[in-house]
Amino acid sequence: MQNLNFLFDIISWTLLLAGSFFIIIGSFGIYRFPEFWSRLQASSVIDSLGLYLILLGLGVQSGFTFVTVKLIIIGLFLFLTGPTSTHALANAAFISGLRPEEKLETN
Amino acid sequence: MKNFIKFFLLFGLWLLMSGMLTPLLIIFGLSSVCGVMIIINRMDKADNYDLKIQLNLLQFVYYLSWLSLEIVKANLKVTKIILSKTLPRNQRFLKVKYSQNSDFFQVMFANSITLTPGTISTETEPEYFLIHALDYSPEDIESLKEMDLRITKLEKGV
Repeated sequence: MQNLNFLFDIISWTLLLAGSFFIIIGSFGIYRFPEFWSRLQASSVIDSLGLYLILLGLGVQSGFTFVTVKLIIIGLFLFLTGPTSTHALANAAFISGLRPEEKLETN
Repeated sequence: MKNFIKFFLLFGLWLLMSGMLTPLLIIFGLSSVCGVMIIINRMDKADNYDLKIQLNLLQFVYYLSWLSLEIVKANLKVTKIILSKTLPRNQRFLKVKYSQNSDFFQVMFANSITLTPGTISTETEPEYFLIHALDYSPEDIESLKEMDLRITKLEKGV
């Protein structure tokens, strides 16, 4: 039993740390990219992988309780609303005439 | 009958979320469920449009697992771009045709595109979606086509 708990702790902490890593990467991307469109793409790293890894890690940590059910419901709602809000933002920018920088050459 | 099902679903959700069974909280729950029911029924009358979803749950779960694998792959790609020194990117707007008939599955396709980092659906036209790609390469179109095919399969329930 002790060993099993230890195993679950390892799994959940790995997931939590990986999630935090991707959230930091996403924030770093928002800071590094120069304009709107690429920043939007960087932020989608946060609300896809970072978010779900953290939710999964918390779910493993809490086991089969009410908390896990709540986490699943949070995940479901964000699964629907996350992309919708990103689309709303992108669509508003597109309609108001914002376009990405012309072809960027990198060596 | 339909109202009964709605009522039990909503009240079940309340009980799951609160987890407390004191009389005061149950009365609060019942009254808020009644309020939500009134709003839902008024909205139903207002738009007169009922959504019928025929979804094979097993296929949907299979699709979700495929999608999450794609999301992980795309995330690693974008992470690589963010961490590289020159931020190599090749931004494009792509026109991607969709082959779904119902609104629900078109929304599912557009949301799946947005959910994978590196692509965002920006605009919906009668025959195609306009998609912004961060780092365009010809393989992207192939994988988008595959996603389209998978969702159409899900719609037809084959």
